Amino acid sequence: MDSVILARWQFGITTIYHFFFVPITIGLAFLIAFMETAYVVTGDQAYLRMTKFWGKLFLINFAVGVVTGIMQEFQFGMNWSSYSRYVGDVFGAPLAIESLAAFFLESTFLAVWLFGWDKLPKRVHVLSIWLVAIGTTLSAFWILTANAFMQEPVGHVVRGGHAEMASFGQLITNPQLLFEFPHVWLGALSTGAFFVAGISAYQILKRRSVDIFKRCFSIAIVAATVTSILTAVVGHDQAQHLMRAQPMKMAASEALWDTSPEVAPWAIVAGIDSANHRNTFEIEIPGLLSLLAYNRLHGSVPGINQLQAMYEQHYGPGNYIPPVRTTFWSFRIMVAAGLLMILLALYGVFLSTRDRLERRPWYLKTMVLAIFLPLIANTTGWIMTEVGRQPWVVFGLLRTADGVSPTVPPSLVWTTLLGFGGIYGVLAAIDLYLFMKVIRDGPALEGEQTDDEGLEVAPL
Amino acid sequence: MDLNTIWFLIIGALFTAFFLLEGFDYGVGMLVPFLGRTDEERRVIINTIGPFWDANEVWFITAGASMFAAFPNWYATLFSGFYLALFLLLIALIGRGVSFEFRSKLTHAGWRRGWDWVIFFGSLLPPLLWGVALANLMRGVPIDQHMNYVGTFWDLISVYSVVGGASVVLLFLLHGALFLTLRTEGAIQRRARRLALAIGAWTTALTFFFVILSYFETDMFTRLGVDPGSIPILAGLSLFSVQFFIRAKRDAWAFAMTALTIVLSTITVFMDLYPRVMVSSLNPDWSLTIYNAASNPYSLRVMTIIALTVLPLVVLYQIWSYWVFRHRLKAAEHLEY
Repeated sequence: MDSVILARWQFGITTIYHFFFVPITIGLAFLIAFMETAYVVTGDQAYLRMTKFWGKLFLINFAVGVVTGIMQEFQFGMNWSSYSRYVGDVFGAPLAIESLAAFFLESTFLAVWLFGWDKLPKRVHVLSIWLVAIGTTLSAFWILTANAFMQEPVGHVVRGGHAEMASFGQLITNPQLLFEFPHVWLGALSTGAFFVAGISAYQILKRRSVDIFKRCFSIAIVAATVTSILTAVVGHDQAQHLMRAQPMKMAASEALWDTSPEVAPWAIVAGIDSANHRNTFEIEIPGLLSLLAYNRLHGSVPGINQLQAMYEQHYGPGNYIPPVRTTFWSFRIMVAAGLLMILLALYGVFLSTRDRLERRPWYLKTMVLAIFLPLIANTTGWIMTEVGRQPWVVFGLLRTADGVSPTVPPSLVWTTLLGFGGIYGVLAAIDLYLFMKVIRDGPALEGEQTDDEGLEVAPL
Repeated sequence: MDLNTIWFLIIGALFTAFFLLEGFDYGVGMLVPFLGRTDEERRVIINTIGPFWDANEVWFITAGASMFAAFPNWYATLFSGFYLALFLLLIALIGRGVSFEFRSKLTHAGWRRGWDWVIFFGSLLPPLLWGVALANLMRGVPIDQHMNYVGTFWDLISVYSVVGGASVVLLFLLHGALFLTLRTEGAIQRRARRLALAIGAWTTALTFFFVILSYFETDMFTRLGVDPGSIPILAGLSLFSVQFFIRAKRDAWAFAMTALTIVLSTITVFMDLYPRVMVSSLNPDWSLTIYNAASNPYSLRVMTIIALTVLPLVVLYQIWSYWVFRHRLKAAEHLEY
């Protein structure tokens, strides 16, 4: 395998892995901030126990998110040095701002929060977790500013063989960013909400601190409902923007080989034959693709073959078709997971407000598994976005194959791919184990120490 | 002063802050398995850096991202060139970062012991690699006319660079031991002070040996002159003074002196480089400088405004957090890690 494929695998694996943890961090930060605020306002000890319980899970999750994030920042230099030289001028800026304005905030105030329980007034303490939550959001904003530029390069000029920043204002008002950021951020909030709802459901099933976890569940399920519906709404807007900015990605995500009729049907499933540019079968809903693309029931959507011809005219000979099957199915899995989340959340609100949760064990069991739904939606959404942009690394400007480091041989990329892959595997196992341990231990009672002071170990 | 120089200074300042701050928490990390006799003592040692290590590491993350933004060619050449070294560094940082969080989550003695050693190696490897990298940056590495590093990992390893690595390790170890004398009391404090005294002279000797080697291996003295000026000389004097302050039990002064040594030495390295950021050993004309490696003036201007607005704020709230956690740790109190 050549360096391009290996570097892409490495980027895909490390980014997806990192992106399991980040949305949980973002979502949990806000829920914990909300719980602690409720404690400070009402003085109700139950909120304090909640805050501390979810705080433990938050910290375990945060640790893995942070350490895998370090890797994210440096692999542009390691594996994609030509890319870094080409766009560093534009792409580096949001990354630098992310660490200046977000990482410092998160890391400093998370430590203040964790170590400051006995040292700070309640109001200052609760402020620190809000600052962490704001930090996670800023971080998402700046990283998506960088990503949005790859999808839709704005605010730059190409001079002397690389992209130069021409307008910072355009960079942060990139239309792609204005859809992508709220979609990803709301998705992250719902990820955190499903995480809390799922673990609370598990505790209710196991009859551990049921009163506390029923309250956690109702907070989380309301958050999950609101955020998952809004995620879908913004996602719909994003699809329409996709039509204007990256029609090829849209066509690939629909496996639409030839330009559709005026009332475009939406294929629920299709047998995709990429070699011959055709689908062996399709199950369709009439008019739905027009609705998706234009927000009305008519309107033709351009097909892959026509766009390929157009791009060849514009960019010269080459293959401009992304992997259709991957893009098509990742889009559908994302949408299905998202819809399922909305239904489960709505039903949860219904049960929770009527206090019927304990009478629906099947629902509680489903909610435990539903922890994975947002993770699946996040991952497939990300795959659709990144794979659907191929063969470009920066759309219309730089091809992925031209972005790799010219002096790094495949053997080195193999080394780091296996090295990071192995370590990430071990981390995942430990992380799950510790999650289960904290969940089993449950929230501490008032005044109880859960950790074991004075554990004796033989001296060296 | 032009924007390129301003960014050279900002990145120099970020690295200086990083070595100064993370320097002591690497040192403390290396001491965990040795200075703590019981699990509780080791927890006290880890908790002395508990509130700080993560934010300290962000200084490095920010320095790296700032290189990307202001000098993309520097970022690209350095990290694709020092590929395996950076890989080892990242592995160390990953292991170290999760250890702090994972260690105390289980009571099992073997579990905790295992993480103590991850903390040890995760704290030993970064300063070693940084020392090796800095020595190579000063001496020059094979960079071709397309700004690509054309050597291998083994080209980075030489007597000179290993001495550089070892002296950074010792300096951080000393810095960390002195930090412990300020944040602990009783037995741990006594042991930390004793250790600082034992390694203080070695650190000074090895560092001076490194400076002598630099005379032969780099163009530092031809550039700065045989009398290198007040900054490097003060760096040497402050390091030399540390042992006297330890003997006099002036812990705060001793710590201030290792801090000063780190700050002034880092400045010296950057002074030696300026206006280059990476020296080519193949042809001086192929060196990366703050001009041929930089982003365009518009981008630098935007980034300058942002950095000079945000950084003072960061410094303020970090100082505040050090103030909140200024008290000495007692073994009897509740430990988070």
